[in-house]
Amino acid sequence: MSRYVMVIDTRRCVGCHDCVVACKTENGVPEGYSRDWIVEEAHGKYPTVQLELRSDRCNHCDNPPCVSCCPTGASHVHERGGVVLVTHDKCIGCKACLAACPYDARFIHPDGYADKCTFCIHRVEVGLDPACVSVCPTHCMHFGDIGDPQSEVSQLLNSRPHHTLIPEAGTKPCIFYLT
Amino acid sequence: MSNLSRRRFLKISAGTIAAAGALEGTGRLIAGAGSVAQSGLRTVPTFCNVCFWECGAIASVRDGKLWKVEGNPLDPLSHGRLCPRGTGGIGAHTDPDRLRSPLIRASERGEERWKEVTWDEALDFVAGRMQKIKVVYGPESFAAFIHGLGGTFFKHTLRAYGTGNIAAPSFAQCRGPRDVGFTLTYGDDVSSPERTDIENAQCIVLIGSHLGENMHNTQVQEFAHAVGRGASIIVVDPRFSVAASKAKFYLPIKAGTDLALLLAWMNVIVGEKLYDKEYVDKYGFGFEQFAAEIQASTPEWAYPETGIDPDTIRATAREMARYRPATLIHPGRHSSWYGDDAQRSRAIALLNALMGSWGRKGGLYVPAKLDVPAYPHLPYPQPGKPDADRPNNKFPFANETISTGIREATLTGEPYPVKGWLVYATNLMNSLPNQAETIRAIQQLDLLVVVDTIPSEIAGWADVVLPESTYLERYDEIHSEAFRQPFIALRQPVVEAPGDQKPNWWIAKTLAEKLGLGAYYPWNDIEEYLAARLKAGGYSFDELKRNGVILGKQPPIYFEDGAPAVFDTPSKKIEFYSAQLKQTGFDPVPRYTRPEAGPAGSYRLLFGRAPMHSFSRTQTNHLLIDVMSENAVWVDATEAGRLGLKSGDYVRLRNQDGQLSNRIQVKATERIRPDCVYMVHGFGHTSRELRLAFGKGASDSQLITRYKTDPLMGGTGVNVNFVTIETEA
Amino acid sequence: MIALTELTVLRHNPLVDPTLHVWQWQIPIYLFLGGLVAGLMIIAGVRLIAIRPKQREALVCCTIGPLVGLAFLSLGMLVLFLDLSHKLFVWRLYTTFQVTSPMSWGSWILLLVYPALLGNALAHLPEAIPALANRFPVLVTWSDFILERERLVLAIGIANVLVGIALGIYTGILLGTLGARPLWNSALLGPLFLFSGLSNAAAVLHGILVVTTPDEERPAFADFLLSSLARLVKARPLDKKVAPVLAGADNSFLTIELCLLCLFLIGQSSSTGAHQQAAGLLLTGSYAAAFFVFVIGLGILLPLVLQTLELNKRIQRTLAPAMLVVFGGLALRFILVFAGQESHWFQALN
Repeated sequence: MSRYVMVIDTRRCVGCHDCVVACKTENGVPEGYSRDWIVEEAHGKYPTVQLELRSDRCNHCDNPPCVSCCPTGASHVHERGGVVLVTHDKCIGCKACLAACPYDARFIHPDGYADKCTFCIHRVEVGLDPACVSVCPTHCMHFGDIGDPQSEVSQLLNSRPHHTLIPEAGTKPCIFYLT
Repeated sequence: MSNLSRRRFLKISAGTIAAAGALEGTGRLIAGAGSVAQSGLRTVPTFCNVCFWECGAIASVRDGKLWKVEGNPLDPLSHGRLCPRGTGGIGAHTDPDRLRSPLIRASERGEERWKEVTWDEALDFVAGRMQKIKVVYGPESFAAFIHGLGGTFFKHTLRAYGTGNIAAPSFAQCRGPRDVGFTLTYGDDVSSPERTDIENAQCIVLIGSHLGENMHNTQVQEFAHAVGRGASIIVVDPRFSVAASKAKFYLPIKAGTDLALLLAWMNVIVGEKLYDKEYVDKYGFGFEQFAAEIQASTPEWAYPETGIDPDTIRATAREMARYRPATLIHPGRHSSWYGDDAQRSRAIALLNALMGSWGRKGGLYVPAKLDVPAYPHLPYPQPGKPDADRPNNKFPFANETISTGIREATLTGEPYPVKGWLVYATNLMNSLPNQAETIRAIQQLDLLVVVDTIPSEIAGWADVVLPESTYLERYDEIHSEAFRQPFIALRQPVVEAPGDQKPNWWIAKTLAEKLGLGAYYPWNDIEEYLAARLKAGGYSFDELKRNGVILGKQPPIYFEDGAPAVFDTPSKKIEFYSAQLKQTGFDPVPRYTRPEAGPAGSYRLLFGRAPMHSFSRTQTNHLLIDVMSENAVWVDATEAGRLGLKSGDYVRLRNQDGQLSNRIQVKATERIRPDCVYMVHGFGHTSRELRLAFGKGASDSQLITRYKTDPLMGGTGVNVNFVTIETEA
Repeated sequence: MIALTELTVLRHNPLVDPTLHVWQWQIPIYLFLGGLVAGLMIIAGVRLIAIRPKQREALVCCTIGPLVGLAFLSLGMLVLFLDLSHKLFVWRLYTTFQVTSPMSWGSWILLLVYPALLGNALAHLPEAIPALANRFPVLVTWSDFILERERLVLAIGIANVLVGIALGIYTGILLGTLGARPLWNSALLGPLFLFSGLSNAAAVLHGILVVTTPDEERPAFADFLLSSLARLVKARPLDKKVAPVLAGADNSFLTIELCLLCLFLIGQSSSTGAHQQAAGLLLTGSYAAAFFVFVIGLGILLPLVLQTLELNKRIQRTLAPAMLVVFGGLALRFILVFAGQESHWFQALN
């Protein structure tokens, strides 16, 4: 079973927003909305400061609350790689999935349905990386199958310390951040 | 998957079309202009113009509409990955506020009221005024401010017209001090793209460079790789920049004291004999005098100046020495800060020389360039007068025209009147310090022509505005810069311009014809021009159209590999001691002077870049303002608390001369010294026609009423302004 | 304490940033009406089972309650529909059943509510609204049909109680299962909303009784308009002896609701940092004033006191306690829905 994940190296990331802009053009994300975004998290007192920069998006969780709360099955787990997707013409726009996501990764598309990152499944299915990954000038993002121990993502996770976001929410997120 | 891509990527060497297809994975071919690879999908290789880095790009057109712009994998600058501005470049094409047709001013200057005219009318008007200036004052009384590659043909027309007063604000307002400082030391500058071998550096020192926030694509890519492979990084900045967060050593220096730190570092390195003696002996000139000069500049001396304790100064100096010659003290780019900038840049050059890094792997390599012979043209007339920008050999080491010198001449009429300006692709209101001076100079003019894509502030002051097509809609001059890997690149039209905009070559050529200088353009259109140049150089125009880039043979770029160690200085060596500086009355070895403090209770105003914007030219790009629509003023969290401010509050800044800024959000943060505030440059637009940008954030340019001129080369140090914070009701 | 973390989320999605506000007035109203209908069903079911089947009476609980319930339910569903942002696809709710989705459960439960309420209302309709029965004699036939079958009456009663409990709990569980919002993340919201619904229902029924009390007993001038309106429908006087029972029941419900609220807040305040912070929104934060004044004070404590005094005949019966309870129920949902959306796991950082 393949399980797609993203591994993001926060040491390399400079927070340039290229991933955000690339997502917008690739997927025609409407103006004013973002499927991915940058988070800056600084700790400490000047001049002793730690800064983590990272590119955030839907975590395509293994235990996706947005799928379990969906009353129509519009939110679903794709047969390939555990990618969480939304079938637009099944969505009624009840917004339960927006409330269910601890990452606030979803939004209501101006056309009315719930929308979010798709892991660029249309690219992945033809052998390309997601747009955000393929455009990143710092090469801080890696996409691949964690089910394959030889994959780059597996090897990175085996060799580097990493964390996920809000693991305590129990969603089993599949975006990993190398620190 | 990424693994696979990377392996495939490495195989691409000579740049064949098949390799490019394989990288994309789908077998999608990079098609030449006009050809269709997939149904409804067309891709055109070109190169970016959202900033001056000019990365190779591939634009995709889907069902006739521009869809996306991606990096060209064959391009040695981008390695197939653009920065956010390049990725968002289609916003320049679709910008609803673009200039659409030529305009002639219909009321007072600066009121932004226009009459739409035809190109014929507009250019007749311009040519008529230019002829009049030529007759009454001489052609030298017409000056130009030009930024970037797109200005090539305007320069050509103006040289043919007879003036040499052609300035780029990128010299005196930006990289000039650095280039002069390096030239005084090595006889050569670091050029653009900089010859920094970040990729192989083991120790990288950023002193006045915020890589990652300034998004010079190749450098940021190499920097990220350096971070990834654990290179030792030392960052010196009054602000805890993004780069600082990647650093082993972060030195929170007091603004304006970099030179003291540089001297102290060199003092330690010389004193502890940590420098590359063999290199210095072989290539250096005047080392003994230099060593004697810096003997007093101990870390203990520098401590009270810089705020950096002696132990840290020593530790970082030793850290640099540990990795030499693969230690790169980054020369920076925007370096006009305090008026002693050429000397500070020279100190950076000297520190690199002590590391033996100039010309060495992991330091500053020797770049190479592909030769594309110029299109032969008639010789330019010799200007009858010397350039207006620096009369009486005022700035003896300026090696380019000083923009603020032209402005000065326009204001004073000395050494002779300047009565006309052509401004191309630079928003002069925001690129020159002291806007009031610029406006007063404009009032002296008989003609101000602005060529731009958007209704920028300077366009608002123009007599004639000429709308240029964007880079996605035009051919341009061939791109051939000196770089690690020699290459040439082609910009070609991807889509049609949405209005009556014209490419720069057409405007410059038509203007030349109207000036009776048509003989300088012995070709009909640019394709003919490009074809001829490429043919003369032995390159295939078709290949360039198809691939966007042609790579040259990789020459040796390090001294150790046989790159020539040539120093075009008076001594033909690396000048630790500069006799020519001594002769002209300057310090032969850099000397530190303490910067003047601001009024009590004020903060020094610093500014910098954001990765998603270029200057003040992208705040109307809807894709880019979607990720950053306004700037914020960074204020130390404790200071902000004292002032009762929190992040997100709006304030106005007032500078020492009473100048009040537009309203701007506070970013209360632990990431800046308490004695400084910082903002990203380019916001706070005052042109009402920039509907998406008008009034968003504040403009540092507006607050830069004072500047300190570098006596060596005329650069304008602008970090000498101080502000107080006023709460916005 | 000085915050040592600066968290900057550079995202600005509408309805999501800076804090979630996807659900505005529609959802609290919908949850309130859902709870109210649930309460009306349970009271109606219990009352239907409790009285002798053949006895024909003008029963406020079994007739007017369910009829009001049908109206409120329809209103609630309309409000819910108004909240949907992809309205044309609403039918998708009924082409599937998603076992893990409370909303899917809810949408099917809502379908069961209609027949249950209708059955209950029909049983004694001819007595409650004779004018209607005169016009449509078939109503009498249906009523006879039901009342003649003891088991059917029992079934209708039990169905109302069970569906009512399911509906009431659903309105709380709908929020309770959304673990992303720590404030909501408690199963106690189910019984809390159920008992709040019950007290609201008892209050509404009580209120109806108060306003339909004959002239000579009409309490205060303030109620004059309402009672005049009620008399316009020319209903037979309702079983006003049930009024004290309702008031007593309402007091019990309010007491239980108060206990559940306390348990809910104790649970949240002794859970993770995120939950503590979420509870803080109600206890000390930006919602505390509204919560203590409108929910606890005016919505629960004051009506408890007033109704106790009424029951002890210390004061005259008025509409006031009923209105306060209903208002408190609305306030509870508004505050929980709004504060819940503001609560976030990331808050625990600062």
